[in-house]
Amino acid sequence: MSGTSEVLLRVYRYDPSNGGKPRYQNYRVPTFRGMTVLDALIYIKENLDPTLSIRYSCRMASCGSCGMTINGLPRLACFTQISELRSKYILVQPLRNLPIIKDLVADLDEFFNKHKLVKPYLIRRDVEEQENPREQYRQSEEELERYVQFAYCIKCALCYSACPVVSTDKSFPGPQALAQLYRYYIDTRDEAREERIRIVDGAHGIWRCHFADSCSQVCPKGVDPALAIQLMRREMMFGPSKG
Amino acid sequence: MVEVLEHDVVIVGSGLAGLRAAIEASRVSRGKLSVAVVTKTQVMRSHSVSAEGGTAAVLYPEEGDSFESHIYDTIKGSDFLADQNAVELFVHSAPREIIQLEHWGMPWARREDGRIAQRAFGGMSYPRACFAEDKVGFFEMQTLYDTALKWDNITFYQEWFATSLIVEENRFRGLTAIEMKTGELHAVKAKSCIIATGGAGRMYTFATFGHSSTPDGLYIAYKAGAPLKDMEFVQFHPTGLVPSGILITEAARGEGGVLLNAKEERFLKRYAPQKMELAPRDIVSRAMYTEILEGRGVEGPDGMSHLWLDLTVIEPEKLKRRLAGIREICVKLAGIDPVNEKIPVRPVAHYYMGGIHTNIYGATPIAGLWAAGEAACISINGANRLGSNSTIECLVWGRITGEAAARYAMENGFSSSLPTEQVQKEEKRIFDGLLGKAPRINPYEVKKKMQRTMESHCHIYRDEKSMIEGLRMIRELKQLPYMGVEDSSRAYNTNLTNVLEIEAMVNVGEIIVTAALQRRESRGAHARRDYPKRDDQNWLSHTLIHYTVEGPELSYAPVHIDKYQPVERKY
Repeated sequence: MSGTSEVLLRVYRYDPSNGGKPRYQNYRVPTFRGMTVLDALIYIKENLDPTLSIRYSCRMASCGSCGMTINGLPRLACFTQISELRSKYILVQPLRNLPIIKDLVADLDEFFNKHKLVKPYLIRRDVEEQENPREQYRQSEEELERYVQFAYCIKCALCYSACPVVSTDKSFPGPQALAQLYRYYIDTRDEAREERIRIVDGAHGIWRCHFADSCSQVCPKGVDPALAIQLMRREMMFGPSKG
Repeated sequence: MVEVLEHDVVIVGSGLAGLRAAIEASRVSRGKLSVAVVTKTQVMRSHSVSAEGGTAAVLYPEEGDSFESHIYDTIKGSDFLADQNAVELFVHSAPREIIQLEHWGMPWARREDGRIAQRAFGGMSYPRACFAEDKVGFFEMQTLYDTALKWDNITFYQEWFATSLIVEENRFRGLTAIEMKTGELHAVKAKSCIIATGGAGRMYTFATFGHSSTPDGLYIAYKAGAPLKDMEFVQFHPTGLVPSGILITEAARGEGGVLLNAKEERFLKRYAPQKMELAPRDIVSRAMYTEILEGRGVEGPDGMSHLWLDLTVIEPEKLKRRLAGIREICVKLAGIDPVNEKIPVRPVAHYYMGGIHTNIYGATPIAGLWAAGEAACISINGANRLGSNSTIECLVWGRITGEAAARYAMENGFSSSLPTEQVQKEEKRIFDGLLGKAPRINPYEVKKKMQRTMESHCHIYRDEKSMIEGLRMIRELKQLPYMGVEDSSRAYNTNLTNVLEIEAMVNVGEIIVTAALQRRESRGAHARRDYPKRDDQNWLSHTLIHYTVEGPELSYAPVHIDKYQPVERKY
């Protein structure tokens, strides 16, 4: 893409104090080689329209701030190049399945609360040692490999936004929280397997997932929450695996 | 009327230091203190998540590493500006933090025997950087955030932008903050406070920092009367990805990667013949800059000269496993697979050795106010920080200040009600003075000009003439009518928070150049063309920067030297 070409962004606008009616606004943005959708939105903010609200920070897909719906799919704006969209017209909307605070900024409170609900931390019986450590808990590389993929989660909520179950059942924890449940469940250092099972073993819990797999398709970090849910269910049906 | 919230301890910032402090304050009080974390981002978004390569600690003295060695590496790396008693405390406290994180779930890479693995880093004479792939800061943040959720006494005020500290008779009383979701201004009254907002951040055009890394935390502390220290020392990391400035971890060189110029020559043999690519960052960055200036750089398509970081020499399986994160970034954002292509890199603004002046326990001269992490200048980093020492600094002083602020809160009651005068003044300044008032000059243009000025007038190499000009330009920017917010809406008004950030940036820019101009010697990351030698006779001292209405005022304080007399640094 040459330095002189342009792209048209059609951006969702919403201000709760302004009658609360969403609208769309078009912006023409000059592009450069390697430009991301986030670069384009920042260009708008700094040069065309300072009233546009965006949430962003690291611009390298580690902080999870800039999840939004780009040309219909949940993506990170910083990890989506304009050129890869192969279109002169880009539709930018906030994440789905979440309330909107303003413009492209979604309210993630319910999402973070669900993460907290699965007790996403190591639970041990040797509390004294855990809080005043004297020596390392040992873990092999193989044991590490069993959970580390699920620890890649950056809490960007793309999976939550893509999940068809979340959209109809608000008490369903969602793919992110369930994947984190499994991440701690399968960690050899954790000692709360039964407690973890109880947390999600209900009609609105892990059994509500019907494997649409959309979570895993949109995850920008390769976490594969659908796999975590499947593995967790296997544990719950056939009893704990070895290790 | 502004709502006043009450907490025992308030922590500003939710990166590694802030989260570690929140947990420690909770532990010390067994969950009895109410701890508030006020953070302008959501909790997992702080730029600590982008720390990549490693966290230093002496874990296996029986195998040859020693505290002594880590202490001396750090002091020598600092070009002898570090306070030696602080470094000693630091090195001795580090191993416990590594194991503590491990006990809270950190996925450290392991050795055959199941114990924590370590890798080599620049300026360290032993491979003592603990790691988890090349996403160390990210996993550390996750571990601390998740662990903090255990503590019901911690309240997170996410996306609350702190606008001022309230200090009365040199004692911390509280702070004001904008709740971004609603646009309301709140006052938080607390017995003690820890500033953990990171360094000055995006002061340069080419920088590794995330967009939210700005000096507003430093600036509110400074304005409240806490002096800043050693702000002239800015670290340029050798390997910023061209053109975005995204960090390519030093661990890439620790794992065997090499730096090449346009002639495919490992030029470091002329600058640091022993340590080569694993010399400290100030030395490698100056070498790279010199190569580019002398015409041995490569002209990139984006008009930026660069050098090459060659990782094709690393065994591909090892690269994919241990450097997965930077490989992903290179493939996705630069269209380069480092398994078989060289990466275009150049030195990039990365870290501030300076920060809020504290004693070795992180206490500022204001009673009840501490600082930790990059926001603080303890000082263990002196004139140049070694790679893998910053994440561990956050953990060590997160713990120390968390405990100290908690004990202070337990021993001291609230004084009478918060002084409402300052809260009202703040309300007036923001809502009457700024909101909905379109400025005559675009504040984002002011930001860019400030960054360009820093890039061209106070970079890796500095001299008096250029810095005087740079200072003049920044002072001119300061006077421009950019302080206004076109967006009049209350909800999530980032135009408002951006303008407050830019105000802090312009003022901190003035501070950095002022301090750099005064220091007439070369030490660590501060390299003066007109004063190319270190001058221990006159300049073995810390710069202190005090706020006055007219501008920054400087004074100097001695460096704490115990065992190690300054010698010439050779690598």
